[in-house]
Amino acid sequence: MGQKITIEPITRVEGHGKVTIHLDLKGNVNQTRLHIVEFRGFERFVQGRPYWEAPVLVQRLCGICPVSHHLAAAKALDVIVGAGTGEGLTPTGEKMRRLMHYGQMFQSHALHFFHLASPDLLFGIDSDPLMRNVIGVAIMHKDLAVQGVMMRKFGQEIIKATAGKKIHGTGAIPGGINKNLSIEERDTFLNGADPMNIDKMIDWAQAAVDFFKEYHKQNKSLIDNFAAFPSNHLSLVRKDGAMDLYHGVLRAIDTDGKKILDDVDYQDYLEYIDEEVRAWSYMKFPYLYKIGRENGWYRVGPLARCNTAEFIPTPLAQKEFEIFKAYTNGKPNNMSMHMHWARLIELLHSGEMIKELLNDPDLQGNDLVTKGTKTNEGVGVIEAPRGTLFHHYKINDRDQIEMANLIVSTTNNNEPMNVAVNKVAKDVMTGHKKITEGMMNAVEVAIRAYDPCLSCATHALGQMPLEISLYDAHNNLLDKKRS
Amino acid sequence: MSTLIKFKIDGVECMAETGAYVVEAAVENGIFIPTLCNIKGVKPRGSCRVCTVLVNGRPMSACTTPVASGMEVENNIAELNDIRKAIIEALFVEGNHFCPSCEKSGNCELQALAYRFQMMVPRFPFDFPVRDIDASNPKIIKDHNRCILCKRCIRAIKTEDGKSVFAFKKRGRQLEINVDPDLGELFTDELAAKAAEICPVGAILLREKGYEIPIGQRKFDKEPIGSDIEKK
Repeated sequence: MGQKITIEPITRVEGHGKVTIHLDLKGNVNQTRLHIVEFRGFERFVQGRPYWEAPVLVQRLCGICPVSHHLAAAKALDVIVGAGTGEGLTPTGEKMRRLMHYGQMFQSHALHFFHLASPDLLFGIDSDPLMRNVIGVAIMHKDLAVQGVMMRKFGQEIIKATAGKKIHGTGAIPGGINKNLSIEERDTFLNGADPMNIDKMIDWAQAAVDFFKEYHKQNKSLIDNFAAFPSNHLSLVRKDGAMDLYHGVLRAIDTDGKKILDDVDYQDYLEYIDEEVRAWSYMKFPYLYKIGRENGWYRVGPLARCNTAEFIPTPLAQKEFEIFKAYTNGKPNNMSMHMHWARLIELLHSGEMIKELLNDPDLQGNDLVTKGTKTNEGVGVIEAPRGTLFHHYKINDRDQIEMANLIVSTTNNNEPMNVAVNKVAKDVMTGHKKITEGMMNAVEVAIRAYDPCLSCATHALGQMPLEISLYDAHNNLLDKKRS
Repeated sequence: MSTLIKFKIDGVECMAETGAYVVEAAVENGIFIPTLCNIKGVKPRGSCRVCTVLVNGRPMSACTTPVASGMEVENNIAELNDIRKAIIEALFVEGNHFCPSCEKSGNCELQALAYRFQMMVPRFPFDFPVRDIDASNPKIIKDHNRCILCKRCIRAIKTEDGKSVFAFKKRGRQLEINVDPDLGELFTDELAAKAAEICPVGAILLREKGYEIPIGQRKFDKEPIGSDIEKK
């Protein structure tokens, strides 16, 4: 009889999940699956609530990047209150939201790299797990650990200044924002005592990119080959092809770089994207309609964004982007571990964007909200730290939410993560009689590269199929029911 | 013409006009007695009992008890504060109060009292009643999950000709506030705004106004409820 190995819980990711690995009689890996074992249900219990509650209610999905849900919901409601998408807001409304979002990207990317991912890189995938964690980093690489903590704090302070609280604020309201940025708040971020000012943050972000490039040079085989596989990539891009994490049009490319979706208004996302349900996980499997279930899955997140964007509109990040693109001769980068590289380039870009916004006098404006002709349906899409995030709401004529559909970044990455764990399990375990802790951590490293947020990704209620099979003592199927 | 009388709260000499209720008299003397159903300028009902004090040793609701000369009132004592906290906890478990997403958060008197009395977790089991949201009125949304049946809206919101806009309907556990459907234009925008304002919780909501006040500028963001009275 074959053997089943379970890794539960997966550590250093947001939320709870498990991996099962099935081995055949010869000990070869037969099948590996990432299961999401927690269950949320926000799409259901937001029904009936007044629509303006959505940005505050739905962000409770997550404590790491609630700003993404807050803003995606607010963007969907902008459409409902007739403020349009993106460009419809007042300059203060849009730029305050952008500042909030880039603050969040900065803190979330810093958290992931320094707290969650760096122990694998600094100590090695099969090193002692007692040291392979953020405490180990603090003991052995104090400067790096302090930078990680302070960068996260800086991003959180930006969120507090724009949303009112570091976690679960209320800044974005339908059609705009409820506050501007005072001169005092602005000056704290521009000229704060060392290290809490934006120039220092940009320096540290640059240093983090340099650290990764150096690590890459010394560990080429691991970074280039670990969990590398071809896939499609999807993200928002600005109309001119620039990386834009707050607003844009949908673009998807295939593994050769050919555009398979371009210039798509995200209000029409349902014409292009569908979600498949599989019985063994609470997380759905999105795919591009046009290509089909088999091959239509795609990756989202930093790697996908660096693949779909043509340039980054800030100078330091653009310089790093050019080096990143040159490494694959301009072709799409399909190496999972390069997700860390792309994430750090985005960290740098976010720092630069924060500085640019802080110097913009529009942030001190008083025209905060726009409203127009009301509609009963809206879609909001944003590039969250972990990738493209879709929020879709329908309301009735009494201002109550009737339908909510959320396609969360981690859900978009469901199939790629399964492909990654399958590949890594086969690569590191096949042919070995004994499964070591290091081998199992390798599987987790593959998942960790995607920075998944498993709690965000399991929000659906009422749609999960339940299948019951009845077998007799001789293993013959007697009856099967599906709800 | 009213005359001043002397009485004591927690041993402190106080002065008040004859006929003043203990709650009002306490405010005039810079002493906070917690209230939920009481509102200034409207006849008190004593329905929530959060203002319970000991008057000459006997428990009385401070909002309905007039002061008397020589009265000895006990207010800020452990025994009473625990009873008040228990009432607040009972109100939380009896409804569905989800502060994290409620637009009244920061302006909610029930939440503010819970903070003031340092409620960490209710001592009673949650009831989780099944209640609905009534969005049929064009001016307001009523969220019955949050209503504590204090009757503030029923007592304070009247049309120009003195008609009540709100009333109770149903009975027992199903009891809920209701807006007179025949009032039409007599239920003005001003009355709707006043109703949302005086509601101590987030049960009466103005349409499309939620979260307009940033965190940090809401009523109880900077100081606990009652601090303004105690500063007097």
